[in-house]
Amino acid sequence: MNEKALIDDEHFEHTLRCEHAEIISPENIVYEKPGTLLDVDMHYCPGCGHGVVHRILAEVIDEMGIQSDVIGVAPVGCSVLAYNYLNIDFSEAAHGRASAAATGIKRVLPEKYVFSYQGDGDLAAIGTGETIHTCNRGENILILFINNGIYGMTGGQMAPTTLPGMKSTTSPFGRDVATMGNPLKITELVALLPGTYYVTRQSVHKPNNVRKTKKAIQKAFELQKDNKGTCFIEIVSNCPSNWKMTPIESNHWLEENMLPYYPLGDIKLPNGRN
Amino acid sequence: MKDLQLMKGNEALAEAAIRAGCDAYFGYPITPQSEVLEYLSREAENRTGMVVLQAESEIASINMVYGAAGTGKKVMTSSSSPGMSLMQEGISYIACAELPCLLVNVNRGGPGLGTIQPGQSDYFQSVKGGGHGDYRLIVLAPATVQEMADFVKLGFELAFQYRNPVLILTDGALGQMMEKVDLFPQQERKFEILDWALTGKVKERNHNIITSLNLKAEEMEIINIHLQKKYKEIEKNEIRYEAIDCDDADYLIVAYGLVARICTKAAHLAREKGIKVGVLRPISLFPYPYEIINKLSDQVKSILDVEMSAGQMVEDVRLAVNGKIPVKFYGRMGGVVPGPEEILKAIEEKLVGGAA
Repeated sequence: MNEKALIDDEHFEHTLRCEHAEIISPENIVYEKPGTLLDVDMHYCPGCGHGVVHRILAEVIDEMGIQSDVIGVAPVGCSVLAYNYLNIDFSEAAHGRASAAATGIKRVLPEKYVFSYQGDGDLAAIGTGETIHTCNRGENILILFINNGIYGMTGGQMAPTTLPGMKSTTSPFGRDVATMGNPLKITELVALLPGTYYVTRQSVHKPNNVRKTKKAIQKAFELQKDNKGTCFIEIVSNCPSNWKMTPIESNHWLEENMLPYYPLGDIKLPNGRN
Repeated sequence: MKDLQLMKGNEALAEAAIRAGCDAYFGYPITPQSEVLEYLSREAENRTGMVVLQAESEIASINMVYGAAGTGKKVMTSSSSPGMSLMQEGISYIACAELPCLLVNVNRGGPGLGTIQPGQSDYFQSVKGGGHGDYRLIVLAPATVQEMADFVKLGFELAFQYRNPVLILTDGALGQMMEKVDLFPQQERKFEILDWALTGKVKERNHNIITSLNLKAEEMEIINIHLQKKYKEIEKNEIRYEAIDCDDADYLIVAYGLVARICTKAAHLAREKGIKVGVLRPISLFPYPYEIINKLSDQVKSILDVEMSAGQMVEDVRLAVNGKIPVKFYGRMGGVVPGPEEILKAIEEKLVGGAA
């Protein structure tokens, strides 16, 4: 540790000791754990985007004061245990079937806010049918789609969204589109359907992107009240463990490789603008 | 609508769902049960506000049922054999998550795409599991259009009493044939907030979670032990059967559903010839009436099990009899319905001749 760092540390300690009571007063608090986020350790790998998305989702629910009116559905994949972290009523669903389960919930409880929280294997592979038809029916739910281009939970196999040339345990020499097909831009696909109301692609790899994603989630929940169709938010995310990178490297890689293929921004807006 | 009607089995079942105060039906058309979705599509919503939704597949249907049943509402689906196969994944999840719901299989001849004619070859799938894991459905087998209607009400009651999916296992003939049915009165759609259900987390309770996942083996075993205990309780309380002319019988036929009615006719024909035959009709296929069959096997010389399958329930009859007397089998497959004359012939050849 260099001398400057030591001084900074001492200064920090001093601040904590002397000014703790003064700083941690209710009017000074600008950042704390959202009430909707349970006080438990998450199982997600260090640097993974799920933790950030959970947090902003919880913040939106808190800020909108809708904790008692939200029901979530999380399917098979890394986020299968999302219900352990979010203090709202929650249903797990079979692999790929989250939007069907969410449809069932929303149809019998139309006054509730219902969302599904799905990964790319779940939403864009095994659950493609359910995803397309839920969007095509225009179910008044929010579909949160976390796209990290790989199967995380099962240890890094190829996903429909894996990039050309990208290595995975089942495309060890890189995805060859000639034999393995092309990455599926399912978000653009669902945006074409008349049932979708608001379709956007965001990320959480940088603070300003986190803020934009949070705004998108809030907007989607607000739009759900209008009963006009499905809101679909893709969040391009990272998987440091299976990409075999540090969290920082993975965020750089995401920006350099994922974003050119999955460009950020609104794809379909409620007023019909693209 | 009048209470006494001449109705198709499928329509009686659909009408009964409306009258039972069902909250939602999710389904996909497949012969020979499409009338259920058709009837509900035109009759249900205006009358009670019941949700009726045609899904894009049976897989989606059953997962819509799973989602909606998680809210504690009265939810059902129906299908026929190949469609039921597609639903098995969801049924396993529903059974593990202990969600009450009503499933209907209007069985047709299989395997594969098979025929659209009636069959009973989904017995194993219905009664022994079907999906993955150790679970049971409560399985009710109607033999009349009247029972098609009545078992909807009973099915919902049992589903909520035990927090377990209930399956009505019927067949294409019962679904399609018309009979007189005395319908029970319209019940109100009541929404009772159940302590385990997804209704939105309120301050007074912790958040409710519907899941079938438990990554720790020891904890998953505890869930399994709990389920098995519940199934034992169901076995203790919910055995249903009909014994027809069994008191003085020398021979016994065991058959369920529509086939039991044909067997009753065959038994009458046998009695005209001086052969005293009784019919035992299991109504609940799970729990199975092992005890009464075992008891009757002390009285009769032999048993004939008749099914529209290659012989599936016969394994349960043999378990019940436990080797005490011969158990013979007669079956037709692929959608063929056996007639009373051929069953009489089987009685004479396999029971009277065979036991001599």
